[in-house]
Amino acid sequence: MNDTAVPVETAETLAAPTSLSDLFFTFNRMSLQGFGGVLAVAQRELVERTRWMTREQFVETLAVSQVLPGPNIVNMALMIGDRHFGLRGAFVALAGMLLVPLVIVLALTALYAQFATHAMVSGALRGMGAVAAGLVISTAVKLSTTLKKSAMGLPLGIAFAAVTFIAVAVLRWPLVWVLGGLGPIAVACAFWRLR
Amino acid sequence: MTGLASALSATDLLALFAQFLVLSLLAVGGAIATAPEMHRFVVNEHHWISDAQFTASVAIAQAAPGPNVLFVAVIGWNVAGPMGALATMTGILLPSTALSLWATRWGRARRETRGVRAFTTGMAPLTLGLLLATGWVLAGPAAGHVGSMLLVFATVVVMVRTKLSPMWAVAVGAVAGVVGWA
Repeated sequence: MNDTAVPVETAETLAAPTSLSDLFFTFNRMSLQGFGGVLAVAQRELVERTRWMTREQFVETLAVSQVLPGPNIVNMALMIGDRHFGLRGAFVALAGMLLVPLVIVLALTALYAQFATHAMVSGALRGMGAVAAGLVISTAVKLSTTLKKSAMGLPLGIAFAAVTFIAVAVLRWPLVWVLGGLGPIAVACAFWRLR
Repeated sequence: MTGLASALSATDLLALFAQFLVLSLLAVGGAIATAPEMHRFVVNEHHWISDAQFTASVAIAQAAPGPNVLFVAVIGWNVAGPMGALATMTGILLPSTALSLWATRWGRARRETRGVRAFTTGMAPLTLGLLLATGWVLAGPAAGHVGSMLLVFATVVVMVRTKLSPMWAVAVGAVAGVVGWA
């Protein structure tokens, strides 16, 4: 759908975390850059910088972590950690993602009461909110190129993405109903196409 | 913000923990999806924190670095200090973590089967639609404000076209907000 300036990785040029501490610090670094959500940064770090996954693998892992209950990005950290270093890797990735940001956010909570009504603080929060929205949209735009390679075919892929968007963003249907209703149809289509 | 109920009884802490254990399994599509149910429990039913405290908790976690799920820790902290944060965070993480690890191993062992491939292939477009919907909902407050909408648009263009770290975009957004453009 969209040609970007960023080269697309193929499975052959992929790298892997070299050690548990590499895993910890990669997720820590990712998490600390993630203002307004980590997903946009995760795509950049995992696909473009460390090259641990291709765009397609990223979308597939994200798809699974979205269907599973729990925070998406946390599920994703668990899955990637587990894939490379088993259970230890899963927990190291989780700790890398949560420990330092947890301390920061609780410190901010303690400070917030004093500055809550300050116009500059609320202005900054508003500006950061707008950028956070742009970051998520840009991630979706970049990952949309994966639809071209999908075994489902491009038209069907676009159709399912569009219906999901309308149901969730415009009609504001509960997510459980959207995924539960549309998901089986999409999976059935894919199953039929993969024959 | 340490407020009304910093001295929660052990029974109340356990109830808080139990509630978030259940919410964990309901959090399909991310922790933020369960925010309305959390609000009902800690604000309306138990009056542990006020409505404004709840909203501020979400805003603080959005403004700080890290996954959005951290707003759960802020809510716990506001309800009952460090023990509250511990109760809500372990509650929201424990069941989903166990389930994820089990499911990911089950799926990996059967990765090449038609069923599992159909699942990931079929769900991928929904994931993209959902991602776009999340961006759309987050951009809601910017609607109608020219500066904010420009900021959203500029972020998308710069992030798609360049390799600039998202952190810089966030910094620009903060400055634009402070000087009153957003």
